[in-house]
Parts: sequence; structure tokens; C-alpha cells
Amino acid sequence: MKKLDKNKLALAIAAPLLAVVAAVLITSLIILATGDDPLLAYQVMLEFGSKSDSQVWIIDKSITYYLSALAVAIGFRMNLFNIGVDGQYRIAAFFAAVVGGALTLPGFLQIPVIILVAMTVGALWAGIAGLLKVTRGVSEVITTIMLNFTAGSLIGYFLQEGRLAEKDGNIFHTPNIPESSHFFTFPTTPDPVDGFIVIAVLVGAVYWFVLNRTRFGFDLRAVGSSQSAAEASGVSVKRMVLTSMVLSGAAAGLVGMPTLLGDSYNYGNDFPTGIGFTGIALALLGRNHAVGMAFAALLWGFLDRTGSQLEIEGFAQEIVEVMKGVIVLSVVIAYELVRRYGLRKQQREVGAELAAQSAGDGTNDKAGVSA
Amino acid sequence: MANHDIDITVQGGTVHALVGENGAGKSTLMKILYGMQRPDEGTITIAGEQVTLGSPGDAIERGIGMVHQHFMLADNLTVQENVVLGAERLHGIGAAASRRITEISETYGLGARPGALVEDLGVADRQRVEILKVLYRGARTLILDEPTAVLVPQEVDALFDNLRDLKAEGLTVLFISHKLGEVLSVADDITVIRRGTTVASVRPADTTAKQLAELMVGSELPSPETRESTVTDIPMLAVDDLHLSAVDSSGDVRTVLDGVSFTVHKGEVLGVAGVEGNGQAELVESVMGMRTTDGGSVTLDGADISARSTRKRREEGIGYIPEDRHRHGLLLDAPLWENRMLGHVTEPPNSRGQILDPKAARTDTERIVADYDVRTPGIEVTAASLSGGNQQKLIVGREMSHQPKLLIAAHPTRGVDVGAQAQIWDQIREARREGLAVLLISADLDELIGLSDTLRVMYRGRLVADADPATITPEELGSAMTGAAGGHLEHESGDTGALEDTDSTPEDGATPDTDSTPEDGGDHR
Repeated sequence: MKKLDKNKLALAIAAPLLAVVAAVLITSLIILATGDDPLLAYQVMLEFGSKSDSQVWIIDKSITYYLSALAVAIGFRMNLFNIGVDGQYRIAAFFAAVVGGALTLPGFLQIPVIILVAMTVGALWAGIAGLLKVTRGVSEVITTIMLNFTAGSLIGYFLQEGRLAEKDGNIFHTPNIPESSHFFTFPTTPDPVDGFIVIAVLVGAVYWFVLNRTRFGFDLRAVGSSQSAAEASGVSVKRMVLTSMVLSGAAAGLVGMPTLLGDSYNYGNDFPTGIGFTGIALALLGRNHAVGMAFAALLWGFLDRTGSQLEIEGFAQEIVEVMKGVIVLSVVIAYELVRRYGLRKQQREVGAELAAQSAGDGTNDKAGVSA
Repeated sequence: MANHDIDITVQGGTVHALVGENGAGKSTLMKILYGMQRPDEGTITIAGEQVTLGSPGDAIERGIGMVHQHFMLADNLTVQENVVLGAERLHGIGAAASRRITEISETYGLGARPGALVEDLGVADRQRVEILKVLYRGARTLILDEPTAVLVPQEVDALFDNLRDLKAEGLTVLFISHKLGEVLSVADDITVIRRGTTVASVRPADTTAKQLAELMVGSELPSPETRESTVTDIPMLAVDDLHLSAVDSSGDVRTVLDGVSFTVHKGEVLGVAGVEGNGQAELVESVMGMRTTDGGSVTLDGADISARSTRKRREEGIGYIPEDRHRHGLLLDAPLWENRMLGHVTEPPNSRGQILDPKAARTDTERIVADYDVRTPGIEVTAASLSGGNQQKLIVGREMSHQPKLLIAAHPTRGVDVGAQAQIWDQIREARREGLAVLLISADLDELIGLSDTLRVMYRGRLVADADPATITPEELGSAMTGAAGGHLEHESGDTGALEDTDSTPEDGATPDTDSTPEDGGDHR
């Protein structure tokens, strides 16, 4: 027992270690190939990334990333590929901004209302894909991609003067939400840290608890592990698909909130896009694990922050994007390799244990055949 | 250690059968002969020449070909494409290949149509394509791994004709099976393998099925027989006029269950015999609530559960040992203690309210591992790393731990070694003594006859016959399974044919004589 646990720990450390070593190695080779010094690049990144204003920037950025990763991971845990987090968070943020801009309630009421609207819209948008999957058998991959475009067009339609937006320079945006609805911040120096980090940590904790400690989470994981076995065990797979899609969409609804409540205060055509896809990479990187994804989000924030600095220092501007790709690939491959190795090792150990138990007549293999 | 001290000599131009219980090491030996696994020690000699088989490629080069139990064909390709796939260098992929395939097919009477799509072929035809594939690659020795497991009796006869043709052309066939009747009818020589070693080589003329069985399992022949009857007259499961239709692969609506009615009483084991694919699996899934039936009712302990979900039915007290434990019984990547929760996650000790109780589940898993002799180094290992027999023991332990009123056992000892088999039989018998009702589906006729209090035969979605397990023989049961006989089957009563119309078979047709011995008054529950 003890021995197995120790192996488990060693394997758990081996995978990320292998991934990091491989990623650093490959990236270094690529930087070398572009004619630059990889060590210098890493030095620039570390120095710039560890400055205090960089730290705050990275943390703020990773809050959004983390929420997006969680939304994707809910689907991943039951083999649902929700590619639509991108559309879900945008349409959710848009309608939340519209409602927020129209109301003037006290902050302690209005902030929850805005967040609730966002989660509901996200859930409904994702629910369309879930419903189509359970009633018509349409793959959620197809529907969520298409719903991304639909969401974009819908927002584009409403985001015009005279509809739900106002013109501000050459940007159209929804009316600003009142100051009372601005989310609180931690008064750190030089810049404040967004208070939404509290919500992100909370959602991460709920994600972990629901998946690992509740019946619902067990059912969800069972469906992800083997749909047929889950069905035979009494899980209604269809209901589970719909529920997890809705939950994934509700979590996606949160993705735009740090920006809306703490930065832009409206939804304009300059609202950040593409974070849903980043979430897919981060869920892969963090192995759908609540803590793993937090590290992944911080790493991504770090790369974003230091990438621009690399460009200023004269490195190829694409180098950070290349790094990101290499990291995701290294992690996925390293984990799969370690998983397979662990499984084989475990099978061998079980076999050895059994052989030891039934030791006695164990002579050597001998096969003599003639035909 | 899967194999040790294996000595087997196969004469050229013969059909040589290799028999042994599940888990005796037959498959390991086959893998060694086909180069998929290397022996630690010992030699293989082909036609006087000692060889080393490092890969299937080596084996094919030496003229050894293997027909796997599970076909390895691409459904969306034609017969010809499947045959030439990977052997394009022999005769190309065009007309020359087609000619060669037709030639082989005619020589050995395989009746293959090179242009037919594999997905349109039946099981027996697919098997012939597999044989063709092997012959096309120039095999002179064919290894067939349990070729009859997937065939109905008529198809088995046809296969054996093919094997005789192969033999007549001078080819050698190594035939693996645990069905003794078949082995005796087709083999020239028989080698018996037990616990990884060869224990005897016999000729069919000098032996009987019973002697072979004893050689296979060793001195003590475990018997699934149940001694005294514990059947009560309290109905536990009543299935009434169940109808189910399904859409098959070609898009046709097919009746799968047609007016199935039966009652299982407390303390009774009702066995359902039948060739696989006649609706047994669908019957089980209907009773479990995994399929929506077109009509009929399912009553458990007096309550109509026809409209209830699978989970509700399990909570009401149905235990389920599924036919395919990998598909329906286990989460292979999950640790044993999570598998212990599967199917019973809503019940103690696995959860309290909506919250899981991993600590209690772990403790209880330790208990199951100890009580049911699951051989494992611990409960944190994944289910996939256990052997089939130990996986099955875990499932049986899990289902029995929730005091089921009704146990649905589909092939409960399939792929399980002899020791575990006897143990599982004992557990079913013991629970039955305490008033458990059991619906038993099995392809093993000895298991069915030995364990059941009442027998029914299923054929094409209908219960066509019933029999008294105390007097019936496997042969008589077998004839009803092919649809040749129906009604109430009586042993040696002159005619084993239909004594009464199948439709008028009373709902609990064969139970009266077993019902009449409720001496223990039924339940201790």
C-alpha cells in the first residue's frame, strides 16, 4: 500500500517535470534556430515578469483565464468538448452589461444581479448545445462552434447606436454601469489586485468539492470514464449531458465579469475575445484539476506579460505563442506517457503480488512445440 | 506466471485441439506461438527446425496464421480489401489478388465474394474472411482462438466442414476451445492444459467429455449443483408480456423481445438458456430499466417498477452482475474503492445525503476485498489492473453487499478461473438460501442446469420452452435452444418435442414441483 502511494507521488511529479524539461528544451532550440540566445530570453522574461507591476498584471489576467479553464473543464470531465465557452462568455457579458447599464441599484444588489444575468445567459446559450445533443444527437463540438458565430453576430446586431449601444469615438459600447457596481479591489501597490480573485478561488473550490465529494460529481465523472457503465449504474446520461453543459455555460458566464466589473465597465467592440479558446488550452495544461489549472492560468499570464517585453528586446514576436504551443503539447504528451507507464507498472505489481501469493509450483516457462 | 512446462506436439495435416478452462493459459500459449509474446525458456520447433518467433511477422513467415476470437476486420472495406490489407506485396491489390482470393476460396470451400462489403456479412462469413486472410498470407498452420464462441450450432457445423477441408489439403489446424463436445467431434488429437501447464494428450476415440472435463479442472470437479430447494411461493420479480423492438444495423425494425412473461420467486434461481443474441441481453437490460420497452410490465416485490429509472430500480433492491463487466460493470481507470460505489452511490456506506463518504467506502472496499477474496495489493489500484476473475469477484461482492432482493446475473462466471467460479456459485447459493431471487443468464449449460431451480429457453425473443433442471440434460436443452423443441421439455419421456403449445405455457410453468418444497418457509430476511 505505502509503496504504491509513494510510486503514485513519484509519477505525479514525473509528468510535469518531464513536460517542463521537454518544453524548455524545444523552445531553446527554436530560439537558437531564430538566431537568438535562449538564456537571454529566459532572463528577460524572469526579470520583467517578477517586477511588482507585472505580478499584479499577471494575477489579474489569470483570474479571467482560470474561470475560462474551469468552464471548459466541467465539460471535459465528462468527455464533453465545450468549444463554445468563447461565445458563451461574450454573449453573457454583453447582456450582463446591458442590464448593468440600465439599472441603478445599490452595488450590493446590482453586482449580484449582473453576475446572475451573465451566468444565466451563459447557461442558456450552452444549454442549446446540450439540448440538441440529447434530443437530436448533434455533436456538441459542432453546435458550440456554430453558436460562437451566432453569439458574435447577435452581439454585432445589438451593438449599434439606437439599439443597445452608444457611440464613443469610433467604438460602440453599451452604457457604462454605475460606479456603485464596480467590483472591489485589494489596495496593493503599485496597482490594485482585482477583488474578483475571491470569486475565482471560490468557484475553483466549489468545482473541486462538487466533482470529488458529491454524488453528482461521482455520476459526472462516471459518465466521463465510461458512459455505458454509468448508464448501467443508474445515471441518466442524457440528463447529465444537459446539466453539465448548463453548468459549463454558467461558469463561462463568469469569464467576462472581471473585465466588465473591474476594467471596462461596459461591453464594447473592444471587449476581449478568444479567452474561451485559451481556456481549452489551460484545462488541458492543468489536467482539469482545480489547482493545476490555477498554475496554468498564472503561467499563461506570465507568458502574455513577458512576451511583449521580449518583442521590445528584439526577439521574434511570435516566440511566446510558439512557447505556449510547445508547453501544451509537451504537457499532454508527457502526461499520457507517464499515465501509460504507471498503468503498466501497476499491472506488473498486481501480477507480482498474485504470483507471490500463489507461489509454490512456479517453475520456469518452457514451451516445446513441433509441427 | 501464465505458462510453465508446456509440452505440445502437433502433427502436420491434423486438427489439434487445445482445451482448458478459462484462464488456464491457452491464450498465453497462443500468443507465444504467434510471436506476440516471448517465452522465458523453452523451444519451438517447426518441421524439425528450431525457431525464434519475435513478432507475428516472424510467425507468418514461418507459415503460422492466427484467427483471433475478436475479428480484426475493417467493416467499411470489401472482403478483398480486408484480405490484401498489409499483404499488398504478395499479389498486388487488383485482379491478381482477386483471382488468388477466389482460388483459395474455392480450394477450401470458403465461399467468399471478394467484392462484398464486410459490414454486410454475418458473423460466420466474417470468420471465413479471417481464415481467408491467413491463408492468403501463405499459412500452413492455422491457430483458431475459440472460433465457435460466436457461432450458432449450424454455423459451427459449417466451420468444422471447412476445417476438415483444410486438413484434407494438408494444412494443420490448432483449435482452442473449452466446449468439449465440439472438440471431440472435430479434433484428431487433444491436448489438455490446466493452470498453465499441459496435463494430458489424448485421442478423441479414447476419451469422453466427462473425462476431459475432469482433466481440465483437476481431480475435484466443481459442480454448480444446488442441493435442497429453497424456492418459496412469494413472487419477487414478475415480468408480464414484455415487448421490445430495436433498429438493427441495416435500419430495419426488429422484434427483440416478444411477449416475454415469467416469475421469479423468493429463494428461486430462474435460469434462461439460449444461444447468444436471442434477446437475453435485451431482457436483462429491460428489467434493469436501461431500455425502454414497447409494452408489458415489470413488478418487483409487489410494486410495479416498469416506469422507474435504473437508479430507482437498483435502490429498490436489484443487484446486477452484467454480461460485459468492462462495458457495464466497472470504471476501468478508477480505483477499486470508486468502483465499489458505482451503481450504489446513493446508498450507504458510499454517501450520506448528496455528499460522498470516501472514508466509509474505502473501509467497506477493504471488507469486500477480504470477504470475497479479491486478489489485489490494495484498493487504490485501478480496476483495469486486476485480472478478469478478480474484477468479477469485486462486482459480485459489491452487488451482494447491498442485500439485493433480486440478483440479475448475466454470465456470472464468464472468463473466471475455476476457483473463483466455485466461489461465485457458492455465494449465489448462499444468498438464495436467505431468500434471494436470481435471474440467471448463462451460455454455460452445466452452470444453468446446476444452479437453477427453474429453466426457461429463449429463442428469437420468446421464451419457447421450460424444463426441470433436475432431469434435463445439456443436449436436450441444446436442441430447444436452436428452436428444434418447445413447450415443456421432459427427459427421456419418448418425445422431447412440444408437449404443449408455447403460448399456453403457464406463467410459472416448471415451478410447481420445485415450489412444493418450501420446507424452510422462505426467507430469513
